[in-house]
Amino acid sequence: MQQHFNKKPLSMWLNRAAVICISLLFSQQALAETAEEKGLRIAQERKAFDLGWVDSKADTEMVLYNAQGDKSTRSIRIQSLEVEGDGDKALSVFDHPADVKGTAFLSFSHALEPDEQWLYLPALKRVKRIGSRNKSGPYMGSEFAFEDLSSFEVEKYTYTYLRDETIAGFDSYVIENVPVDKYSGYTKQITWMDKEAYRVHKVEFYDRKGQLLKTLTMSDYQVYADKHWRPSKMLMVNHQTDKKTEMFWNNYQFKTGVKESDFNKSKLKRAR
Amino acid sequence: MRATNSVLATALSLALLSINSAAMELRGNVAGQYRGFFEQGAFPGQDQQHQGSISAEPELYWEWNDGIDSITFTPFARADSMDSERTHADIRELKWLHLADEYELEIGIAKVFWGVTETQHLVDVINQTDFIESPDGDEKLGQPMLHFNTYQDSGIWDVFILPGFRERTFAGVDGRFRPPLPVDQDNAQYESGAKDKHVDLALRWAQTFGDWDVGTAYFRGTNRDPLLIASADGTKLTPYYEQMDQLGVDLQATIGDWLWKFEGLYRNTSSNSYTAAVGGYEYTLVGLFDSIADLGLLTEYNWNSDGKEATSTFQNDLYLGARLVLNDAQSTEFLLGGAIDLDYNTNVVTLEASRRFGENWKGELDLWYIDADDLADPTYAFSKDSFVQVNMAYFF
Repeated sequence: MQQHFNKKPLSMWLNRAAVICISLLFSQQALAETAEEKGLRIAQERKAFDLGWVDSKADTEMVLYNAQGDKSTRSIRIQSLEVEGDGDKALSVFDHPADVKGTAFLSFSHALEPDEQWLYLPALKRVKRIGSRNKSGPYMGSEFAFEDLSSFEVEKYTYTYLRDETIAGFDSYVIENVPVDKYSGYTKQITWMDKEAYRVHKVEFYDRKGQLLKTLTMSDYQVYADKHWRPSKMLMVNHQTDKKTEMFWNNYQFKTGVKESDFNKSKLKRAR
Repeated sequence: MRATNSVLATALSLALLSINSAAMELRGNVAGQYRGFFEQGAFPGQDQQHQGSISAEPELYWEWNDGIDSITFTPFARADSMDSERTHADIRELKWLHLADEYELEIGIAKVFWGVTETQHLVDVINQTDFIESPDGDEKLGQPMLHFNTYQDSGIWDVFILPGFRERTFAGVDGRFRPPLPVDQDNAQYESGAKDKHVDLALRWAQTFGDWDVGTAYFRGTNRDPLLIASADGTKLTPYYEQMDQLGVDLQATIGDWLWKFEGLYRNTSSNSYTAAVGGYEYTLVGLFDSIADLGLLTEYNWNSDGKEATSTFQNDLYLGARLVLNDAQSTEFLLGGAIDLDYNTNVVTLEASRRFGENWKGELDLWYIDADDLADPTYAFSKDSFVQVNMAYFF
């Protein structure tokens, strides 16, 4: 994995150059920038840096550990579509455990409006529209909440730049994100993100009482199409229950040619 | 029906032959089930209180052309210790599915679900109910069909041509959840001269408007709900299947923590025409008491314009339920419900619980408590059929 960090493709340098140019243009303001303005600017840069991935496919595996170390696994195939100016669309198909095999989940995430979600239950051949205020709830019984896996949108948070810090060998920004949505399960998230390619390496999640709830570590980043960095491994540790979930992302494919019309509740029944 | 099936079988075997490098996939489950009834049944023959059974439902799937074409074969069978009628088998699915860019075509035996409510599946009319499987009517028989589906800006459009009709399954003399007289299942009568070969038609449109999911469907053909006609000597009931026209509508508004649901239909047969509706809400308390569990509170009201004359037991009934979802690794869920018949002094309390054991097992516990003392209520026939059921299924 490490060689990916050292290899700096041209397009990445161009991206960096563009960001530097923008920074220089606004350097006067940058000097007078408040911590909030700096946090927002970095969030905008993060979003802009990853634009243009169009669509992706990946196979994921989750390993859930309880406090005693007993484990159970989940296999989910996830197909995503980039939607400019709004949240992404995603179609997830569950392969394991066997009793939920064939269950499919369609979500249209939105920056500020509630997400739209449908669930397909293969035993009954039934498509159910489900409420999206459960975003703070566990995803498939894991330590990940639905909101932890939804796409990053600038409008979802307010930001405060805290400091610079080195993490996993990378010079990084440390930023506090406060969710705008009152139904979020968190009061704040502290994010460690490197300056080189806006890769998030660590997130601390604080619960509604302001206590540290979970820590997410993302590692083994790979670059796709010279531009889009994705972690191959995520580890979510719940400090209050001592449970943890590992999530592995394999077989990433980009620009697979899926169409917007492949993401509708009628197609949900055909997902396999 | 037999002719239709042989046509389907020929089409499917031809399609099967055309598969060159098809990928085959197998999934499904086998299960053991125990039912314990709290007392002997109300009618002669219903003297046993313990019912054991085993079932299997494998699903075989082949695809080719990168998944554009596929065949799904899902047989189902159950062997039952108490009721010989419940020892039965069915082809739930045996279909060829073709997914084109602009449309989908499904030919063969298939299952289709319409609707949104929990208490009853009022507008869901394509597949016949496999009533002997479960008294809640959730289990369905496979239906031969030619099904065309297209997704347009105007919505999702479905056209169904349904050659051949499936008769409802009923318990035998020894079985529970049967009417006072045994149902003579070998001699069903039909209004149509084509009998069970009548070709039914259905058209459905569904669309999403923001928070609103809307569907409406028209069906013309054999009524899935039979009239049960007593024989002259009063020893048995004969199912009589009329022709019908039905217009149904289903809506759901998903607004915050609230799901608002409604299903309504107008049905016209030569003996009767009526309207019926069911509507209500499910309100979810997300993260109950700062836990990761969710509690859903359900209320639904069922109505039928025929009132006490209705053949349906949902003519003036209120349902109150609570669904507890633990969101744990074992997917533990409980649904406690009470159905109150406002015309008769009938209450049915149900508890459904389920969880996963290990990676492949799923256990389900069902409890039905039926309190009915009014002879005029059709549910009275089940008044001694309160039971507890344990189902243990192995999924592969």
